[in-house]
Amino acid sequence: MNPIYARRRRKDIVIRGLCIGAAAFGVTWLALILITLLYNGIAGLNLQIFVADTPPPGSSEGGLRNAIVGSIIMTVLGVGIGAPLGLFAGTYLAEYGRNDKLTSVIRFINDILLSAPSIIIGLFIYGAVVVPMRGFSAIAGALALAVIVIPVVLRTTEDMLLLVPNALREAASALGLPRSLVIKRIAYRAARSGLITGVLLATARVAGETAPLLFTALSNQFFSLGLNKTMANLPVTINNFVQSPYAYWKQLAWSGALLITITVLALNIGARILGAERTAK
Amino acid sequence: MTDLSVSVSSNAHLASQQPLPEAPAKVTVRNLNFYYGEHHALKNINLTLGTNRVTAFIGPSGCGKSTLLRIFNRMYDLYPGQRVTGQLMLDQTNILDPKLDLNLLRARVGMVFQKPTPFPMTIYENIAFGIRLYEKISKSEMDDRVEKALRGGALWNEVKDKLNASGLSLSGGQQQRLCIARTVAVRPEVILFDEPCSALDPISTAKVEELIQELSENYTIAIVTHNMQQAARVSDKTAFMYLGELIEFDDTSKIFTSPSDRRTQDYITGRFG
Repeated sequence: MNPIYARRRRKDIVIRGLCIGAAAFGVTWLALILITLLYNGIAGLNLQIFVADTPPPGSSEGGLRNAIVGSIIMTVLGVGIGAPLGLFAGTYLAEYGRNDKLTSVIRFINDILLSAPSIIIGLFIYGAVVVPMRGFSAIAGALALAVIVIPVVLRTTEDMLLLVPNALREAASALGLPRSLVIKRIAYRAARSGLITGVLLATARVAGETAPLLFTALSNQFFSLGLNKTMANLPVTINNFVQSPYAYWKQLAWSGALLITITVLALNIGARILGAERTAK
Repeated sequence: MTDLSVSVSSNAHLASQQPLPEAPAKVTVRNLNFYYGEHHALKNINLTLGTNRVTAFIGPSGCGKSTLLRIFNRMYDLYPGQRVTGQLMLDQTNILDPKLDLNLLRARVGMVFQKPTPFPMTIYENIAFGIRLYEKISKSEMDDRVEKALRGGALWNEVKDKLNASGLSLSGGQQQRLCIARTVAVRPEVILFDEPCSALDPISTAKVEELIQELSENYTIAIVTHNMQQAARVSDKTAFMYLGELIEFDDTSKIFTSPSDRRTQDYITGRFG
């Protein structure tokens, strides 16, 4: 065999082996985490979890109802506040501010916010909301989640709108559409699945956030719907229960972790399906 | 006289070699200059588009013909750093008036682009959408208007059974005719075509060309094309542009048989461009 070609073949085998090894290494840990979670979490999954509130110390009865409801309330509120802001800001960057110098500054700052540790955001809301309000509250928790949602949605919105061909905007303008309608009826429509994907991914991102809630919503042993009071939520409950001495609480923590993981997985799969529809068109 | 390779036999008045009677001016361009930033893209353009006539703009890439077309509906306004001087009238309306409502202008001056640009909605909605912008009409009236527009776009027979299919499901040629129908639906006075066939196959091209000739009975038409046979086939008047200047503007029959400028002749005989 030609020696140059033989050497190239050997190199190819080595590199391919390294790539496969690295991929297998990464996937193994992920699989181990999921299997352990499934194994430990499924044992405690029963109706009790959804109908009973978190147990008082020492009790081996109870569920996660208050934490599940609290998580849903704060996630929905957080996304409800953050997603529109992110959508509007992303629209500004991609449509109105495209030729504005301010746009690149905003984009840069947004990227920093995007990668900011969530505990910093929790501390920020602690200082900005919890201290002035003189107490932890569900609304503070929702605001912290909203601050995490904004940069994620902003980024995907901008990216998705920039993918809409300019020819489509020109064609709409040429029909006599005002700018606002070109954006609302044409650009949003063309980018719709991408925009929804962004919101779903942001939801998945905040559904499992612990740190920003630790300093804002705290947690609550009881069922509460009051937005100005502390509110139970899955991530913080898991965090507390894992550190507890009671076996039953640890079991609840496993089940709670499994619930969050399933939710996040479902959101991601939903986003994937929507994304696939996008490319199919 | 050089032997010209371009056939000009398909237009009746071309074959006759008689000068075309002057049509009343629809669009009048006087001393028009255009700048992309510092770049002087159009230099002192003077011409008129005759009412219900087809005017073709030919010339090598970068000569400014598309730029000129995009001034007629102020498309350039979408982008910063572009500037125009001179005079441009649509009947009695000053197109360059900074206070002019651009949406109303664009409803009067429609445009069809190089690449088909159906909107991401149904075929029916693609047409109805533009109509609804300016008119509030009943469902049955709208059905009529949509059918009329699709007939006007020579597309009705192909899509009448699938009006609720996505506009994106059509072939490239059908999409382009959908875009023409959409433009016609809002009843403009002038229609601008910016290389409407450059993304189409020969059969679709023939259909679109036929359509342009039919449309010229009711609309004033300007078409930019790289295809000289196309200009010869569809237009009454032809403007040859080169390096931002209007070199020659005359009856299509004259431009393609006995151009008065050397550069025009060189271009249409394929010596450059």
